[in-house]
Amino acid sequence: MGDEFDYQRVMDILGSREQFTQGDVACAYGALLGGCTFFAGYPITPATEIAESLARLMPRIGGVCAQMEDEIASISAVIGAAWTGRRAMTATSGPGFSLMQENIGYACMTETPCVIIDVQRSGPSTGQPTEPAQGDMMQARWGTHGDHALIALAPASVQECVDLTRLAFDLAEQYRTPVLVMTDGEVGHMREKIALPTAEQVTLRERRRPTMPSDQFVPFRAVQGRVPEMADFGTGYHTYVTGLTHDERGLPATDDAAVHTQLVARLCGKIEDAVAELTRVEIDNDEGATVGLVSYGISSRSAAGAVKLLRLQGVPVSHLRLVTVLPFPEQAVREFAAPLERIVVPELNLGQICHTVREAVEGTAVVEKVARIGGEIIQPAAIVRAVQEGGQPVRSG
Amino acid sequence: MFNKAEKIREKYIREEMWPSIFCTGCGIGNVLSYTMRALDELKLDIDRCVFCSGIGCSSRLPGYIEADGLHTTHGRAIAFATGVKLAAPDLNVVVFTGDGDLAGIGGNHFIHAARRNADLTVICVNNFNYGMTGGQVSPTTPVAAVATTAPYGNLEEPFDLCRLAIGAGAPYVARWTVGYPYETIEAIKNALAKPGFAFVELLMPCPTGYGKENEQREPAVAWQWYKENTITRGDLGRLDPEQRAANRKIVVGTLWDVQKPEYTARWAEFVQSL
Ligand SMILES: Cc1ncc(C[n+]2csc(CCOP(=O)(O)OP(=O)(O)O)c2C)c(N)n1
Ligand code: SF4
Ligand SMILES: [Mg+2]
Repeated sequence: MGDEFDYQRVMDILGSREQFTQGDVACAYGALLGGCTFFAGYPITPATEIAESLARLMPRIGGVCAQMEDEIASISAVIGAAWTGRRAMTATSGPGFSLMQENIGYACMTETPCVIIDVQRSGPSTGQPTEPAQGDMMQARWGTHGDHALIALAPASVQECVDLTRLAFDLAEQYRTPVLVMTDGEVGHMREKIALPTAEQVTLRERRRPTMPSDQFVPFRAVQGRVPEMADFGTGYHTYVTGLTHDERGLPATDDAAVHTQLVARLCGKIEDAVAELTRVEIDNDEGATVGLVSYGISSRSAAGAVKLLRLQGVPVSHLRLVTVLPFPEQAVREFAAPLERIVVPELNLGQICHTVREAVEGTAVVEKVARIGGEIIQPAAIVRAVQEGGQPVRSG
Repeated sequence: MFNKAEKIREKYIREEMWPSIFCTGCGIGNVLSYTMRALDELKLDIDRCVFCSGIGCSSRLPGYIEADGLHTTHGRAIAFATGVKLAAPDLNVVVFTGDGDLAGIGGNHFIHAARRNADLTVICVNNFNYGMTGGQVSPTTPVAAVATTAPYGNLEEPFDLCRLAIGAGAPYVARWTVGYPYETIEAIKNALAKPGFAFVELLMPCPTGYGKENEQREPAVAWQWYKENTITRGDLGRLDPEQRAANRKIVVGTLWDVQKPEYTARWAEFVQSL
């Protein structure tokens, strides 16, 4: 089962290249244009429209779409499907994301490519189901137990829901890892104009599969770089996949400290050491600025608004938007911070990524936050005020 | 017979995994050899089989088979297997699971998969306890049996896994003990051949976990218990009505076998119809 992709077949179903639609629907479009042919999910506001869109579209391109009994089953089915060679995805929001955590760790440990969209809503617990938030960012980093690394992207627009979901599938295959698309209820439900990519713009990065005879293939040995080739189930390679600590053959070696250390170091290293090539940031530097904003997702739009207002008033301010949030673009943030005295981080939570920013700049600039919860997005004026009068302090948690 | 067993072992077993982790007197090895025999007799292409499992002693089974295997998280084997099957309907997907894995933490996936009726063969090794973690009470532990977390005897009613499967919609359901090799092999063959969710419960002695507190520590005694405390459906039918009503033994045999539309075939038809 290869991931044969037929651009025209997908576009025949999606319709015109230019559309006016919702972020959630755009995620579904991005998935199909990213070669996704398997979706399993469970309804939850504000992510349900992704499942509803794919329930409608997926069978029309010959793919599979299943509503499972819960989110644990959804991520399980996605991982199972990925091992047959498919590009597979699930989509959820906070409560479901919590339920998926154990198996996200399983996907890290077994190096299973998959995409998980978290349309963040206000928590903890059931919280404010219909309200946007960015409260799952630390869960994205550390939600599953044990040392691990993965990739997280943060769309800030409906267009980016298409583009980053599409990209997520390529990155998942390239690094053999779960990739999280961390959107939110605002981006998920707002409507904007999108332009779908042309056939030339869509070239899928194929999964690297073994070509050697099966008796020579060592399923978890990385021959080239640190990502092993992946043999699809059913192709005669007889791969044993386990979440237990395993040697390069994939066989359990649970009481061997060296095997465990080597394995986990490789799994973390293959992502963390690729941070330079994974870094996607948008930088809007202002000559002479001593204050900068670091933002991501929906809050970066508030930040961009604040930058405009400040510059109109003649206040120089720089802005860095994180498109890749994990692995954290530490170097890019540090360089951005070099000329700055203060950095303000606006987030729809009580302060999550601001800590990572503070760690990255290591005291070269003071990091402050504009933290907002309750369901409304941050007003640019609040960020303007923080730049001019000082933001909220970031304290060690 | 011996020669044949040797050949089957050579053909299907992942030699690097030997010796197994199973205790002396444990029945899991038998489940493995019966499954291999069933596969062999059906001449299934091992390259097109995927063995999925959750967590537990019984869930270690896929590791011993030279084939594709997916040893997943506790309770989730059927959900993973559903993903494999829906994504690649041509593969033969087999699930090995334990009573705790299937009916405790994984109960929801079990009933929903039976309802959905995708073509899976689920083999549940029921040893009446959580063997791997050292003998805790499970959803199938009999009332009054002792477990490390029911030290004064179990007060909860156990599940009848087969009735649960039938109630949830499984088209094929059978129960045997590992003391019935030929019947078990037949049941596994039937389950593999059944298009749809096929469930085989295998009662099995666990001298280490369940046995130690319930007078079945000695493997020979444990195996004897299963002989004495089960009755085949055929034998039960031959009893007079009074004796039948008084029967307290566990009934083994083919308990359900009906035809139902299989899910992946329905999905393929539906996609074709669009
Ligand atoms: C989420 C989770 N909870 C608990 C455990 C610990 N655990 C490992 S095996 C097991 C019980 C297995 O029992 P069963 O499925 O009956 O298998 P057996 O060992 O008896 O064959 C438990 C509770 C775990 N691995 N994961
Ligand atoms: S604990 Fe019980 S089930 Fe596990 S290997 Fe030992 S005897 Fe078998
Ligand atoms: Mg058990």
